[in-house]
Amino acid sequence: MLEIANLHATVDAREILKGVDLIVQAGETHAIMGPNGSGKSTLAQVLAGHPAYVVTEGTIQYEGRDLLDMEPEERAQAGVFLAFQYPVAVRGITNAYFLRAAVNAVRKSKGLPELDPLDFIDVLQEKLKTIEWDDTFLNRPVNDGFSGGEKKRNEILQMAVLEPKLAVLDETDSGLDIDALKTVAEAVNKLRAPDRATVVVTHYQRLLNYIVPDHVHVLVDGRIARSGGKELALELESRGYDWIRPEANAA
Amino acid sequence: MTSIEAQVLQPYKYGFVTDIESELAPAGVNEDIIRLISEKKQEPEWMLEGRLKAYRQWLKMTEPTWANVTYPPIDYQAIHYYSAPKQQPTVGGLDEVDPKLLETFEKLGIPISEQKRLAGVAVDAVFDSVSVATTFKENLAEVGVIFLPISEAIREHPDLVRRWLGSVVPHNDNFFAALNSAVFTDGSFAYIPKGVRCPLELSTYFRINAQATGQFERTLIVAEEGSHVSYLEGCSAPMRDENQLHAAVVELVAMDNATIKYSTIQNWYPGDEQGRGGIYNFVTKRGKCAGRNSKISWTQVETGSAITWKYPGCILQGDDSVGEFYSVAVTSRHQQADTGTKMIHIGKNTKSTIVSKGISAAQGQNTYRGLVKIMKGADGARNYSQCDSMLIGDQCGAHTFPYIDVRNSSAIMEHEASTSKIGEDQIFYLRQRGIKAEDAVSMIVAGFCKEVFRELPMEFAVEAQNLLSISLEGSVG
Repeated sequence: MLEIANLHATVDAREILKGVDLIVQAGETHAIMGPNGSGKSTLAQVLAGHPAYVVTEGTIQYEGRDLLDMEPEERAQAGVFLAFQYPVAVRGITNAYFLRAAVNAVRKSKGLPELDPLDFIDVLQEKLKTIEWDDTFLNRPVNDGFSGGEKKRNEILQMAVLEPKLAVLDETDSGLDIDALKTVAEAVNKLRAPDRATVVVTHYQRLLNYIVPDHVHVLVDGRIARSGGKELALELESRGYDWIRPEANAA
Repeated sequence: MTSIEAQVLQPYKYGFVTDIESELAPAGVNEDIIRLISEKKQEPEWMLEGRLKAYRQWLKMTEPTWANVTYPPIDYQAIHYYSAPKQQPTVGGLDEVDPKLLETFEKLGIPISEQKRLAGVAVDAVFDSVSVATTFKENLAEVGVIFLPISEAIREHPDLVRRWLGSVVPHNDNFFAALNSAVFTDGSFAYIPKGVRCPLELSTYFRINAQATGQFERTLIVAEEGSHVSYLEGCSAPMRDENQLHAAVVELVAMDNATIKYSTIQNWYPGDEQGRGGIYNFVTKRGKCAGRNSKISWTQVETGSAITWKYPGCILQGDDSVGEFYSVAVTSRHQQADTGTKMIHIGKNTKSTIVSKGISAAQGQNTYRGLVKIMKGADGARNYSQCDSMLIGDQCGAHTFPYIDVRNSSAIMEHEASTSKIGEDQIFYLRQRGIKAEDAVSMIVAGFCKEVFRELPMEFAVEAQNLLSISLEGSVG
C-alpha cells in the first residue's frame, strides 16, 4: 500500500529525514518510535504533504501512485489521513459542519453525490455507534476551546467518519490520560480492516499495549535504525533509545 | 509572495462599464453647479438654500487627516458632481427606462424588471446621480410606507423631508458630510408610519458608472412610533485606473419602540493589484434612537473600496434604547479601511453592542476605530465591544483604536479583542481532510465572521458569504 524509499526531507533548509525506507502492506499496523527530534513527526507531515516540509530525495508510492505528486487534499481524498499532534482550531465552524464538508469533498472527488445535512447526520450517528462515542463534540466549533485530550479524541472521531485507507497517528497518545487512551485505542482498533493500514507515531510503548502493532520501527537521526515485531517496543521501554544510536551512526 | 497571498487577487466581478450616453455637469464644485443640481432635481427654494449653506460651510472646513489611511490629495475641482443617463427615467414605469440601465442592474443581480422582482424586497436602483427605478412603491403605499428616491421625496413630501433631513447628521458635521449636504444628487427616503411593520425589505443599490464622477447619495429613514423596518444597501462600480470619490450620508431616526435594521454590503471597486484606482468611500452614517425603547442596528460587510472611512453610529437618546454595530471589513490588495462605530449613550439604561471583525490580506491595512461615550445622565448604560482581527499572510496589518469616554459611574463596559492569523498550518489541517485550499479559506473566514453574518437578512447572508470567498479567493494555498 505504502512504499517509502530513500526519503530525504528538510524543513527550514535543515535536513530532518536522511534516507527513510519503509513498506506498509494493507491490513498492517506499524509503529514508528524514536527519541525527540528523530524525525517521526516530519515523516508524518511529509506523508500528508505539509508545504513547509520539502522532499529533497527519494520516493513515496501509495497504492501505485506517486504520493509526492499529489496535493494534500488529493492525498486525503485518496484515503490518507493524518491525526495531528497539534490539531488546529477553527472558530465558528461546528464539527458536524466541518465533517460534512470533508466527507463531501472526498465524495465529490470520487464522483459521488454530496450528502445533505440530514443524510449526513444518519451517517454520523452510525459512525459514532461504531466507536461507541456520544455526539457531544458535534455541535462545538472544531477544536475551539477543546482540552488537549478532547482535541486528540476529535482527531479519532474525524478518522472514524472519513474511514481512511492509510491512517497516520502522530503522537495521538500525548496529553491523554489512561482512560482516554483506552477509548482512543479502542476506536482505532475498531477501524482496523484487511484493506486498511495504520501507522502509529509515538514516543512511548504505553499506547502499543492497546494498539498492538505488527511491526515496530525505530527512527533515529532521520533514518530507520532498527525494525522488529511488537517486542521491540517493550525492549525500548526498558532500555531506552541510546543503545540503538551507535548503529544508526555507523549505518 | 507566499502561496497564501497568491490567492487573494481575484478579478473584480462587477467592473464592467455601461455604455450609455450621459448628461455630465462640468467638473468642479461651485455655487453654480449646486444651483444646477438643485434645478435638475426641481427642488424647492429651501433645499437650495440648505445646499448653499452647507457649501459655504464646507469651504471653511479642512479634510480630516486623523484616519489611519494614506492617499494623495483629492482635487475636488476635478470631480464631476452630476452625471445622469440622458434618457431620463420618468415616474411612468419601467418600460420607459433605458433597457441598457435595466440590463446593467440585471447583470449586477439586482432585480428591478417586473418579471424578475425578488419577492419580499423593494429596490431603489441609483445609477450615478439619479434613481433609475423603485420597485413595489404602490404596494408599500397601501400600508402607508413611503419609499422613494430622495429627490422625488423632496418634491412630493417636502414637509417630512425638511423636518428630518440633517437632524442626525447636520450640514456642518464633518468635511465630507458638508460636501454631501451641498451636492448630494440622489439616494433613498423611507418613512414608516406609526405602528407599521414594513412588509418588505427595503433596498437601495448604488452603481457608479461615469468616469471621474463622484457619487454623493443621501439616505434618510424615519421610523415612527412602534414601527419596524429592515433596509439593505448594496453598491459596485466599474474598474477604472483613477480613484473615484463616494461621499454618502445616511441618517436614521427611530421614535418610541421603533426598530431600524440597516444592512450594507459594500463592494465598490477596490483598485487593482498594484493599488491603482478604486473608490474612496468616505461615508457618514448615523442613527438617532430618539424615542424610548427604540433600536437601531447596523450590519455591514465591507469588501470593496480602495479606502474606507466610515463609522456608522448610534445616538442613544431615548431611555432604554439599543444600538448595535456588527461589522466585517476585508482589506486585500492595497486596500485601506479605517472603520468602526460611535455609540453615544445619553438616555438611561441604554445598551450598545459592537462586534467588529477585520480581515486583512495581501497588503491590506485594516483599522478598527470605535468610540463609546457614556454621558452624565445615562444611568445604567451598558456596552459590550468585541474586536477581532484576522491576518492572512505577513504583509498586511490590523490596528485597533477603541476610545472609551465614561462620565457616569453606573456604566458597565466590556471590551474583548483578539488577533489571529490564518496560517499554512490552519489551511493544511483542512486540506488534509480533503477540503480544497480556497474552500478552506472560505470556511475559516466564514467561521470567523459568523456572529456578524447571522445578523444579516437571509438573501444578504448568502451574498455576503459568496462575496467574501471571492474577495479572498487566492489568498491561501
